[in-house]
Amino acid sequence: MLTTSRRRLLVSSAASAAALASPAWMRSAFAADTIKVGALYSQTGGLSIVEKMLANAVRMAVAEINAAGGVMGRTVEVVLEDGASDPKTFNEKASKLVTRDRIETVFGCHTSASRKAVLPVFERRNAMLFYQTHYEGYECSKNVVYSGAVANQQLGNYIPWIAQKLGKKKFFIVGSNYVYPREMAKVSKKLIEESGAKWVADEYLELGHSEWATMVRKIKESGADVVLSNVVGDSLVAFYREYKNQGMSQAAVPICATVTSEIEIAAMGAEYAAGSYTSVPYFMSIDTPANKSFIERYRKFVNDPKAVTYHSLEAAYFQVFLWKQAVEAGKATTADAIRANIGGQTFDAPGGRVRIDPDSLHAWVTPRIGQWQADGQSKVVDANPQPLRPLPYSAYGETDSNLICTRKGAVTAKI
Amino acid sequence: MLDVLLIGLSVGSILLLAALGLVIIYGAMGVVNMAHGEMIMVGAYAAVMTQIWLGWGLYAAIPIAFVLTALLGFLIERCVVRRLYGRLGDTLLATWGVAILVQQFVRLEGGLAFFGIHIEGLGPGLQNMPVPTELQGAFQIAGTSINAYRAFIVASTIVLTLATWLLLYRTRIGMQVRAIIRNPRMAAACGIDVERVNALTFAFGAGLAGITGVLVAGFKTVSPDMGTALVVDSFLVVVAGGVGSLLGAVVTAIGLGEVNGVVAAVTNDIVARAAVFGLVILLIVVRPQGLFSFKGR
Repeated sequence: MLTTSRRRLLVSSAASAAALASPAWMRSAFAADTIKVGALYSQTGGLSIVEKMLANAVRMAVAEINAAGGVMGRTVEVVLEDGASDPKTFNEKASKLVTRDRIETVFGCHTSASRKAVLPVFERRNAMLFYQTHYEGYECSKNVVYSGAVANQQLGNYIPWIAQKLGKKKFFIVGSNYVYPREMAKVSKKLIEESGAKWVADEYLELGHSEWATMVRKIKESGADVVLSNVVGDSLVAFYREYKNQGMSQAAVPICATVTSEIEIAAMGAEYAAGSYTSVPYFMSIDTPANKSFIERYRKFVNDPKAVTYHSLEAAYFQVFLWKQAVEAGKATTADAIRANIGGQTFDAPGGRVRIDPDSLHAWVTPRIGQWQADGQSKVVDANPQPLRPLPYSAYGETDSNLICTRKGAVTAKI
Repeated sequence: MLDVLLIGLSVGSILLLAALGLVIIYGAMGVVNMAHGEMIMVGAYAAVMTQIWLGWGLYAAIPIAFVLTALLGFLIERCVVRRLYGRLGDTLLATWGVAILVQQFVRLEGGLAFFGIHIEGLGPGLQNMPVPTELQGAFQIAGTSINAYRAFIVASTIVLTLATWLLLYRTRIGMQVRAIIRNPRMAAACGIDVERVNALTFAFGAGLAGITGVLVAGFKTVSPDMGTALVVDSFLVVVAGGVGSLLGAVVTAIGLGEVNGVVAAVTNDIVARAAVFGLVILLIVVRPQGLFSFKGR
């Protein structure tokens, strides 16, 4: 009697000692009450300015989910990793999250470069990445849910609107010299010709370069009546400033952008952008109770009463709720369960209803065009009546009826 | 064509502004100051902070930024660079480290970010420096429209270059600096307090970078990593122009600016950038010592 109980005591204490000594990931297997998700954003380096905001949006969504009872009654825990603005580091940190921490879902990446760098990790380990940034498309992965806009959702309504409503017939296309602006230009050229307008030039400036004098002079001399800008980063601030300083007027030759958001407008000074346009699904100025409450909660969460929200931030926020719905629908956190259940999930995001397309795993979002005002906020001048189907391969002939990105992967035969 | 040349001139004067501080630092001390771009960044932040906290504009920010960055430069010379004279590779690493420290200091708002305290004007975000209304827009001279802010930058560059020239060639301390540029040991043997002159030179070079920062803030975004791109350009000018040569810096900066402007106008900006780098490579292959250089070093 005494011996057995002593043996039992010895056994159980040895077991608990082993549990305490075991690595963290083994211990977490015992505590199955929390669901871990990854957040992979740069906390350092050049891209950290924006990516910290995205990480905050994800953390805020998780905090709200936890406050409302968690996912399937379990608390969600965010494991934040720093991609350090470097695709190689992104790849290493993605491996760490997926392989060592055994995390099945990661929210993260901001640039296409970092997404492409982590993609093999998610595909090989069959984990899910939720990616919020609008991007150039031309990708179809069953391991990524894309909650930002693709080219057809930014340009599909934009170019005809510029040609018809603004009556512009000569486009000058400018961009930064990398994949997004070049793919966007490809789609635009097709749409411009379909709208009966024409493009006079298609010019690029190095990323991060800020000497716009010659380019603005060329725009001036080309006789273009509208500029389509796919410029990214802080060089677009220099662009808008130079534009005004060379005496160009947004009223006569407006800059119509696909990237310029509340953040850059604040950085350049609102007077330089007043009168120009941007096409994205979400604007901070959307006048609904849901959006007002979202902005208020975000400002409280980051403890900054002047914090701005913008389209990728909104997508980073709502994609966490879509993930929750998919997990609850499939009653499992695995990538297979999420993939099977996220298609068709809808959510009332701050900017309106969004839906995940079951074929491409991209989001149906509502294209909107905003005109920038003197206060740095936009006035929504045009909005699609309903969310628009994402067509990641729109530049290659993808239409509603001729899908290239399908449930079984990309049908390359159609390209 | 005139407007293309004017654009080239303004590109060149920004290059020269960024390089001016470096020319005398690299020339006099043989120190590759990788933190030079960060001095420009600090100058730009000084302008933003002057605007936010004192409500003063761009003009008032120029002397404030000069004093601030000169003090910072003096401090860096005293704490780091002083111990590394004559060790080119080491100064490169050490000042690169200083550059990262300065960047992080701005990003983390001097460390206060850890305590949840936010200083407006600092932090990791993009900042904005308003330009006085008289410098916005363009004016017409001889049928060519001239960008007011660029004209202001060209004028400022002329003034600063003249001031530097006067200091180097018309003052006692300038003569000592030139002596050190030619041969630091001989200068020391002649009774020049090399340490003191070096510290002052470094401070002055940093101060010039500070002024550059203010001027650049008028058309560029102000952010913690803005200096990195500028420092590359200024090294181009210093190396191609000849180490320590003010004339070399002026000629190279304007030359490269014009090449950039003309090539960009004829083809595009990316080709122009490649052309500038190609030209500099060609130049240092043909004349490794730079366009204008002293025999002493």
